[in-house]
Amino acid sequence: MDLNYSKDDLAFRDEVRAFLAEKLTKELSEKVRLGGDLTKNDMEGWHAILNAQGWLAPNWPKEHGGAEWNAVQRHIFDDECASSHAPRVVPFGLSMLAPVLQKFGNQLQKDHWLPRILSGEDWWCQGYSEPGAGSDLASLKTKAVREGDDYIVNGQKTWTTFGQHANMIFCLVRTDSKVKQQAGISFLLIDMNTPGIEVRPIILLDGSAEVNEVWFTDVKVPVKNLVGKENDGWTYAKYLLTHERTNIAGVGFSTAGLAAVKRIAKAEMSGGKPLIQNPLFAARVAQVEIDLMAMNTTNLRIVSQAAAGGAPGVEASMLKVKGTIIRQEINDLARRAVGPYAMPFVSEAVEGSNEPLPDPHDAGPVAAQYFNNRKISIFGGSNEIQRGIIAKVKMGG
Amino acid sequence: MNFDLTDEHQMLQDSLRRFLKYSCNSKTRNEALSSETGVTSDLWHAMAEMGVIGAFFTEEQGGFGGTGADIALVFEELGRANVVSPFLDSALLSGRVLAAAGELDRVADLIGGDLQLALAHGEPTSRYDLNYVRTASVNGILNGRKAVVVNALASDILIVSARTSGKVYDEAGISLYFVEKDAAGLNIQDYALIAGGHAAEVTLDNVQGSLIGEEGKGFALLKEAYAIATVAQCAETLGEMTAATELTQEYLVTRQQFGRPIATFQALAHRMSDMLIEMEQARSAVIRAAGYFESDERTRDINIHAAKNLMGRAGRLIAEESIQMHGGIAMTQEYELAHIAKRITMADHRFGDTDYHLEKFMALTQS
Ligand SMILES: Cc1cc2nc3c(=O)[nH]c(=O)nc-3n(C[C@H](O)[C@H](O)[C@H](O)COP(=O)(O)OP(=O)(O)OC[C@H]3O[C@@H](n4cnc5c(N)ncnc54)[C@H](O)[C@@H]3O)c2cc1C
Repeated sequence: MDLNYSKDDLAFRDEVRAFLAEKLTKELSEKVRLGGDLTKNDMEGWHAILNAQGWLAPNWPKEHGGAEWNAVQRHIFDDECASSHAPRVVPFGLSMLAPVLQKFGNQLQKDHWLPRILSGEDWWCQGYSEPGAGSDLASLKTKAVREGDDYIVNGQKTWTTFGQHANMIFCLVRTDSKVKQQAGISFLLIDMNTPGIEVRPIILLDGSAEVNEVWFTDVKVPVKNLVGKENDGWTYAKYLLTHERTNIAGVGFSTAGLAAVKRIAKAEMSGGKPLIQNPLFAARVAQVEIDLMAMNTTNLRIVSQAAAGGAPGVEASMLKVKGTIIRQEINDLARRAVGPYAMPFVSEAVEGSNEPLPDPHDAGPVAAQYFNNRKISIFGGSNEIQRGIIAKVKMGG
Repeated sequence: MNFDLTDEHQMLQDSLRRFLKYSCNSKTRNEALSSETGVTSDLWHAMAEMGVIGAFFTEEQGGFGGTGADIALVFEELGRANVVSPFLDSALLSGRVLAAAGELDRVADLIGGDLQLALAHGEPTSRYDLNYVRTASVNGILNGRKAVVVNALASDILIVSARTSGKVYDEAGISLYFVEKDAAGLNIQDYALIAGGHAAEVTLDNVQGSLIGEEGKGFALLKEAYAIATVAQCAETLGEMTAATELTQEYLVTRQQFGRPIATFQALAHRMSDMLIEMEQARSAVIRAAGYFESDERTRDINIHAAKNLMGRAGRLIAEESIQMHGGIAMTQEYELAHIAKRITMADHRFGDTDYHLEKFMALTQS
């Protein structure tokens, strides 16, 4: 056992730090740190910078342009990016669709779509959930009927993150309603500019506009955009869900978040002393820090195991549950730390005032972030569903 | 011992509940949320006419109530109906300061629905410390800054605390002043609040104030008004928690996944049960804080600190679990629960948070 980074790891970390120092502008990192809504340009710009460096796709095989980092390298990279407030890379094309195409796509599809994901030419979004099909995804109703060389798609997807920016959506659609639910689903790639598609924004509780409803009315999709075999989509969907588990614990975000909480609590005064010296608040901070230290190691242990060939099945569910609990606890601490200044509605959606809103600790809209991050225990398989998986794997049933 | 409402209270509760059900919906709330000042005057006047504001004051003060029980009852109903309107800050908190200082003409205007007030006390670095005042007054000329002053923009006149003697954390030496809204040197930077309504940063640059009550004796008035406001806040949050719990209960039995209502999943059913248990505890805490309001100061304060701490903990549980067990739908601004959850959570940032009241409780009960 050796808990320290090797010489190579440290050299890699220096390389990442130098890269971030050079390429990540202060303007962009401040926007990320303060929880501002990133524009499409911001996200595309960062994507291009990573691509130019060859660091955009850590998990892809080298033959497709990936970096093939080991688990420790990925951990270091995530950690460094989060602590320097780099934008999150939009995962839908890179870490969700790409592994499916690499494994189940035909050669034409691989040659066509994979380079476009790297170059940023296509912005993908994920069309899985429907109003009636959330946790119970297999009950989805959006229908695709084959007509000659096309599928005709009708139905509605919802919660589509960044659907407003995307030009492509990968969808699960029902191609057979007579068989068992899971056996009648197909995986389709759909151009968002096809006639009959309508995107409507859903405003979230913190005022942010990141998710959408996507409506399909007689949308024609060429059959060549079917991935794998008709009615085998559920297999691919499951592969997608279990395959990409990098950064599922969000350790980097938590580390950066905890540092911010400490910074605020050192400046905030309570009863004549810095809040960080208040035993009640300090105990809350210390408890999360203890959890996070352990999570750091849990994450590394599990990710290394997976890299060494062990399948990160049930452990990924564990990382998801505990990782999100820790992140949400840190969001809660940040809103507590700023005291009454958690109350102002700091949003770029607020019009009418050009004066900056009060933010004495330069902390950004911490309460809005607290509310927004309630989502992380709901999406990507809710924490209840993850606990169900753990119980099922460990105890059968 | 008797936990039943008196006949008058029962009547007030019934009529208030009926009125609010009829007059407050998501449409009126969205109007209030998007209005310039956060105040909808129709609702304000209608409530004043019903005698709601009068219930905040004793007969000697010109009202017809004023007990902890009167006030808790009104605010629980406001919370239950999820009303966004500055009754707490404008009428109760500010009004009780004025009533205690003998400014009864103003209180009469307030009860009639013709006056909007704001209490400018907290400062950028005071956090929840009630005794912290850095803003200074020399011969009634005020200089300093007040933070997150709820209802400042809509108010007709401001009540401002300022130090006439002593050090920043001294209880003695705090004085209260009226400041006219058009006073020279007064700046109000208004903004919307997450929970609805508006607040402002108020800066005073050589502003003329006129003294309220006795010089240097403001702290006692503030402490008294904050105590009743804290009871009201707890009661309002209790109403909101009730609404959140009812919505969640309803949703769990309606929403189907895997071919059955999600309420049939034990993982959710037990957590719903925990919410219901916490609701009973929360109700008791509020009943105690309201019921002991008229007893000796120590008993009163112990129960207020206990209530605000318990509401902070139970409120967090109810808000977070309600969202989680709803799933994505609760994350949308449009859905009622989102707004309720924000109000419950933001209540923790008013009149002292969970930890603040725990500390105060510890100080009073360890001896
Ligand atoms: C901000 C945000 C972004 C999203 N982005 C996308 C996206 O880009 N693409 C996409 O396809 N989807 C997206 N989603 C959808 C997300 O995956 C779903 O919200 C999630 O699957 C849960 O479904 P639901 O919201 O319908 O809740 P439901 O499935 O109705 O669940 C309600 C509650 O019941 C619980 N529950 C359900 N079944 C069980 C069970 N068997 N046992 C115990 N508890 C259970 C859930 O855990 C939850 O607490 C997003 C959601 C959000 C909030």
